[in-house]
Amino acid sequence: MSTAPDTLPSSPPDVELDGVTRRSTIRWMALAWTGFAAATAAGLTATVRFLFPNVLFEPPTRFKAGDPSSYATGVDERWKEKFGVWIVRDTNSIYALVAVCVHLGCTPNWLQAQNKFKCPCHGSGYYISGINFEGPAPRPLERAEIEVSGEDGQIIVDKATRYLYERGQWSDAKAFVKMA
Amino acid sequence: MQQAIVSSQLWRSIFRVGIPNTNRKRVLAMLGNVVLHLHPVKTRKSGVKMRYTWCAGGVTFFLFLVLTFTGLLLMFYYRPTVEYAYVDILDLREQVPFGIMREVHRWGAHAMVISVWIHMFRVFMTGSYKPPREFNWVIGVILLVLTLLLSFTGYLLPWDQLAIWAITVGSNMASATPLLGIQGPGTNLLKIGDIQLVTSTNDARFGLLGGRFVGAGALLRFYVLHCVGIPLIAAFLMAVHFWRVRKDGGISGPV
Repeated sequence: MSTAPDTLPSSPPDVELDGVTRRSTIRWMALAWTGFAAATAAGLTATVRFLFPNVLFEPPTRFKAGDPSSYATGVDERWKEKFGVWIVRDTNSIYALVAVCVHLGCTPNWLQAQNKFKCPCHGSGYYISGINFEGPAPRPLERAEIEVSGEDGQIIVDKATRYLYERGQWSDAKAFVKMA
Repeated sequence: MQQAIVSSQLWRSIFRVGIPNTNRKRVLAMLGNVVLHLHPVKTRKSGVKMRYTWCAGGVTFFLFLVLTFTGLLLMFYYRPTVEYAYVDILDLREQVPFGIMREVHRWGAHAMVISVWIHMFRVFMTGSYKPPREFNWVIGVILLVLTLLLSFTGYLLPWDQLAIWAITVGSNMASATPLLGIQGPGTNLLKIGDIQLVTSTNDARFGLLGGRFVGAGALLRFYVLHCVGIPLIAAFLMAVHFWRVRKDGGISGPV
């Protein structure tokens, strides 16, 4: 290795050529690269935003479920195929359980004889209330918003709004319909 | 007559080098050809021995090409809409000549997944991931994930019960993504004041499916990802993967 110089070399004088200096070049390059980075970031953000549609062509989640008096005590499966909800009536209320297993999304079956909902995929089991008691389901079935229409007294179910037991929402006003 | 052809300008503009009977000409013939120059000019004797490499990587790449070609043929008849997807798959069997293209594509997919694992196993057993080849191993793992994603996206396309429910289950796992999935840990952390940024219509699962459930949006998205998106990324990474093998000294070299 060569011996180090006694003094640090002085920085070379700033050469100027037609008004272009080292400093001005670096300033322009910094500006250019910043602009490039900003444009790239904006482009990527726009691309990701593009993938989230503003309008969904899906069937409406709100439907009329008939007269409350047409529901006997127990689980009613008349809307299961079309809308994926069970209308359940117990002694003093009616509620709507969403027929989607909270484990991984299969459609459970109501087993009348064993008085439980049972998912055919991985065996999750739920009581008639929707509370999970066996299998891999980590939480109870979700309840859909349910209310009685002011105009014609029919039950209206809206699957877009969900009520989760584990968040204490089953006692919310629209999570059930109080029955006589 | 033959001399007239071979010395014609037309011939010489196509075949620049002539018969490769010297080493110089052999090198020039390889390097001057767009397809051939992707291969090394020379290769080690151990590189062509089955018991060294099992040819597993080559088989995988060959299967990828078969799948690309059969997939392209399938694309002439298959329409990725809710109305037509299932019947088009049936038609590919009933109405199209050699009605096993869909099967060949599917078997090829299974075979490619198997051969990818065999290749990985071979690379591990021969220690070909050791320095300086660690980066190539990582590229290979990413390629493995892409292969499995290709299988996942392709699985939905027949639009039968098996497909819909498999993808429902698989995509529900996306909602367990940390921070970005509505059922994942840390969901409620991303918000501005009281407004949740991550909702059931604005999380990772929604972006994957293009909807609240597996429907027309998911079918089209998975079709595009399966036919264009993931193959392009995979092709690029394969180029990197093969390049790295060459630059690290060629296939089946000493570790």
